[in-house]
Amino acid sequence: MGIQAWTYTLVFLSFALYIGIAIWSRAKSTSDFYVAGKHVSPLANGMATAADWMSAASFISMAGLISFMGRDGSVYLLGWTGGYVLLALLLAPYLRKFGKYTVPDFVGERYYSQTARLVAVVCAIFISFTYVAGQMRGVGVVFSRFLEVDITVGVIIGMAIVFFYAVIGGMKGITYTQVAQYCVLIFAYMVPAIFISILLTGNVIPQFGFGSSLGDGSGTYLLDKLDQLNRDLGFHAYTSGTKGTLDVFCITAALMVGTAGLPHVIIRFFTVPKVRDARLSAGYALLFIAILYTTAPAVAAFARTNFINTIHNTPYSEAPQWFKNWQKTGLVNWVDKNSDGTMQYFGDAAGQKESQQNEITVDRDIIVLANPEIAKLPNWVIALVAAGGLAAALSTAAGLLLVISTSISHDLLKKVLMPQIVERQELLYARLAAGTAVIIAGYFGINPPGFVAQVVAFAFGLAASSFFPIIILGIFYKRMNKEGAIAGMVTGILFTAGYIIYFKFINPEANSSENWLFGISPEGIGSIGMLINATVALLVSKVTPAPPEEVQKMVEDIRIPGSTDGTV
Amino acid sequence: MDISKSQKYWRKNLKYVSILLTIWFTVSYGFSILLVNQLDQFRFAGFKLGFWFAQQGSIYVFVVLIFVYVFLMKRLDREFGMDETQGNR
Repeated sequence: MGIQAWTYTLVFLSFALYIGIAIWSRAKSTSDFYVAGKHVSPLANGMATAADWMSAASFISMAGLISFMGRDGSVYLLGWTGGYVLLALLLAPYLRKFGKYTVPDFVGERYYSQTARLVAVVCAIFISFTYVAGQMRGVGVVFSRFLEVDITVGVIIGMAIVFFYAVIGGMKGITYTQVAQYCVLIFAYMVPAIFISILLTGNVIPQFGFGSSLGDGSGTYLLDKLDQLNRDLGFHAYTSGTKGTLDVFCITAALMVGTAGLPHVIIRFFTVPKVRDARLSAGYALLFIAILYTTAPAVAAFARTNFINTIHNTPYSEAPQWFKNWQKTGLVNWVDKNSDGTMQYFGDAAGQKESQQNEITVDRDIIVLANPEIAKLPNWVIALVAAGGLAAALSTAAGLLLVISTSISHDLLKKVLMPQIVERQELLYARLAAGTAVIIAGYFGINPPGFVAQVVAFAFGLAASSFFPIIILGIFYKRMNKEGAIAGMVTGILFTAGYIIYFKFINPEANSSENWLFGISPEGIGSIGMLINATVALLVSKVTPAPPEEVQKMVEDIRIPGSTDGTV
Repeated sequence: MDISKSQKYWRKNLKYVSILLTIWFTVSYGFSILLVNQLDQFRFAGFKLGFWFAQQGSIYVFVVLIFVYVFLMKRLDREFGMDETQGNR
């Protein structure tokens, strides 16, 4: 079978599986719809969380990013995994004990304030929409590249699938489809990674191959060879960095804390039966995520070595087939500047000399997308990457849509605007909100606002500077009151949003390290926003009245797994 | 349950959390970011040590830390009779 036929078959089979699961796990109550009836096992929740978390960006773009950034790419690896330690130790068990449905729910009740709840609702919806537009776009891109259909058609097919299982199944449907999606995506990621590791180093395990010597008999370590290649071509050595240490520190912190503060991740820990299951499922989640996240940097190094070796100084007539295939999509390109018929690849430092002109342009996504072809793998493996990319994008999109839907039906309608509605009506509104959110997300996927790439910094920055400090203080500092929390959230968000908007939209020309505050980039500013939030919250709470007795009781109650009054 | 007992449980929990987070900070921000160039003088198989922590080692440590916390808290829950065997809520 050809690549196309294989891709259609695998994508169709995986979609049929997701729909089958959705029908089997229909939501019958609001508890089913919001938190899967709290019946999810820790292992299943770990897989679902991993799929929920790993988006189109993790699956398709991350290895490529690292491949071109070298050591600086570590910020993504550290930032997007280290947050789970914070989740497991500081958030998940207590929020599970609290036992309500959403993050705004916790903020609203802990700070006995509808204003706090509304601020949280606005943040949750903004963060989730920012993120979901990118996922829908990812679905469209995978469809258009592998199946050669229009991006719009691709997005609409993706919307239809998500609509089906999110609206019918709610959290219950999403959870079990995410379990299936995790299996699809991790298999699709590992198979090409293992083959390319064997190809280059002879080691079956990519994580070990990463540190092995090359399989060409030279005895040179892969990473030493890559440092050498990079330097020869005028790039910085692969294992060295170019970003400032404080900036790397702050970006890592913002990504970690942002991860722990993202509502679609937090909400997954509401779905397990017990407090100890929440801890355990955070462990499983990170284990499943780590499989991909420790493979990605290995793939990045393999692919870069292979790319330079097979492309640089190769006559175009002898260029590998994958290069010509992907040239059609515009993801790689070659312009013969010195008309010698040979491809030259150089970095900025080399480009000064006339004889060292770079002739190759590469899109970072090529690293994962073309990997199976580079490793000369069979067609079904190439098709598998398409199915895996779709699984990663769809699973994250569904989790985000659920946050939007519950924020509207539960926090906005039931808790604020229409408290008289009965459960059946609330469930209907939840479904309507999910449906509407799918359509809006699809619209943004088809007509992406030009700033989608820029606003990713926003989602993490806002999650870091709004939710995280307030939730932590709410659990660990009993004296924290609503005045402190609201003041903290508002100043944290205003500072972070202001900084990002200034450098990304108002004055993008000034967006360079000499103009940044202490050399901290907009990507890392969320960590400063978080400190401001916590400081303001603590100061304001010192001069305002303590929270009411029953709230302090509640804080004591969520700190321990059982019940404080002895009745279990 | 009496208050002093739940306070003891909480203090023990805080102790575990602070020890584990210290390790978390040392490995990720210490070894992988602040001290990365110093550690890069040492080798670990084909890796420079600092680079290995930044792109591999920290992630393994994170996973281990969570499972250690799960284990410690399971033991603590049992010690204080809080191991939700009858479920709650």
